Amino acid sequence: MNEGASEIVKFDNVGLRYGTDPEVLSDLSFTLFPGSFYFLTGASGAGKTSLLKLLYLAQRPSRGAIQMFGKDIITMPRARLPDFRRRLGVVFQDFRLVQHLSAFDNVALPLRLAGAKEADVVKPVSDMLEWVGLSHRAQARPATMSGGEQQRVAIARAVIDRPKMLIADEPTGNVDPEMALKLLRLFEALNKRVGTTVVVATHDVHLLKKVPESLIMRLNKGQLSDPTGALRYPPRPSGGKPTPTTTKAKAKVSSKASAKPRKNTVKGPKG
Amino acid sequence: MSKSAQKLRPPKPPSSSEAKPLRGAIATKLLPQTRFGGPIPWVIAILIALVVVAAAGGLALRNLAENARADLSGALTVQIVDANPETRTAQTQAAVRVLSNTPMVTSVRAVSEEELTAMLEPWLGAGASSGDVPIPALIDVELDRQATAQEITRLQSNLEQTAPNARVDAQSEWLRPVYNALAALQYLALVLIALVAFATSAAVWLAARNSLASQQETVEIMHLLGGTDAQVTGIFQRSMLRDAAFGGLVGLALGALAVWFLGQQFTALESGMVAGGGLRWIDWLILAAVPIFGIVLALITGRITIAIALKSML
Repeated sequence: MNEGASEIVKFDNVGLRYGTDPEVLSDLSFTLFPGSFYFLTGASGAGKTSLLKLLYLAQRPSRGAIQMFGKDIITMPRARLPDFRRRLGVVFQDFRLVQHLSAFDNVALPLRLAGAKEADVVKPVSDMLEWVGLSHRAQARPATMSGGEQQRVAIARAVIDRPKMLIADEPTGNVDPEMALKLLRLFEALNKRVGTTVVVATHDVHLLKKVPESLIMRLNKGQLSDPTGALRYPPRPSGGKPTPTTTKAKAKVSSKASAKPRKNTVKGPKG
Repeated sequence: MSKSAQKLRPPKPPSSSEAKPLRGAIATKLLPQTRFGGPIPWVIAILIALVVVAAAGGLALRNLAENARADLSGALTVQIVDANPETRTAQTQAAVRVLSNTPMVTSVRAVSEEELTAMLEPWLGAGASSGDVPIPALIDVELDRQATAQEITRLQSNLEQTAPNARVDAQSEWLRPVYNALAALQYLALVLIALVAFATSAAVWLAARNSLASQQETVEIMHLLGGTDAQVTGIFQRSMLRDAAFGGLVGLALGALAVWFLGQQFTALESGMVAGGGLRWIDWLILAAVPIFGIVLALITGRITIAIALKSML
């Protein structure tokens, strides 16, 4: 692995433009560390979704370098991308559920694509649907589900394969506050117990306060604001991990939590 | 949320090398089937039927030409063209003697006056005789092999010494234009088959692109969740195989029916030459293989089309 082998994502002077339009992301340089919890905030049009697209490998940047899991993504042949995508869990803003598949089959899709045997699929998917409160809707098609239900299916699909990094675009936008909190606890559990790096894009400033150990990434007109230096690369010489001192959410990174996944068992939120 | 649900043990994600093509019900679910309601299976059926008919035509022409060659390649006709009946008869007898003593000749038969009259009756009417209209005497000659041009020239020279008005016609020579026409028709059948194969590929290409376009969202989701091109191509191939198999079998049935019907019509002609154009069992086997070639062609075309289209996606 390269310098700073512990980082899970490293952006170096990355810019993104669509066609000949002006850059929607400019000069992004930051690192994300394993086991950390990040909130990505910014006004509409700031470039949050574009940045997430780069993170979940739906887009290549116009310039700069991106490393993911220690590998250069920019020059990587597209045939190798599926291997990296399978390490990611993504909750899309518009859910992107397969409309002609049931909730069960949508949640099972990442496992099946990864080559899991059918016998290894049924129980985890059933448990995951129970977790997000959708056991009774397992055979429902997305079109017959509410926005909140679809969102929970999308979240279940994103976390079913224990991703190394979970990327969520406004994951609580369509659910009630109680369910939003439950889902956030699920993300926290994945983060703390499995060691999944979590990146959540949100408008909801109240959400930031719910995860005290989170780091805040602010995007403003395509540029990343990093007042604490928590995201910069290389990290501060005092240690291998970023130690942000303050954010609105009093973000704090536990280096122990970041360094090692604690268990391979995810505990769900109570209630 | 129940306690039982609080501990989740999802299966360990396999490495990329373990990602296998999706099969069975899962692959079927990912690409909704249309119950043959779309035009493509029927287009393939029509194209396969055309190939079957064209191939049957080509095979029948080949059989016809082979049979005609086999019948006529070792045969000659000698005409004695003389208006005087007595001279004609004398020269005919002399020619028969010369021919009978020629080594390569296996049989010689002078066609009788009655046979000639009967042959010419459709043109000259009943009762016409060589006395009314000078009719050449004919001698059918069978050889032990096909004579070369030099052998025919030598035979002509020998005959001219005793029967100056004798003319030797190699039947394979005067049938050469017919053979050429049959060969041209066979090439035409091959060209038709090639064109229809091209049209089948084009139809499958269009269908694959349309199918991919209509399922683009599903394909993108599969890619974003870690699906490989091979997995995506695999589920489209299943769909194409199903359509092509249906179209191929229906096309074979339609084509075979048309060939059988045409065969009945030609048999009713009771023409000796046309009767030689019947299909043999090996020909029917070739026709039965047409849908298999069609299916393979559709699968290859579809696979290439999907693979090229997927490469334009990230």
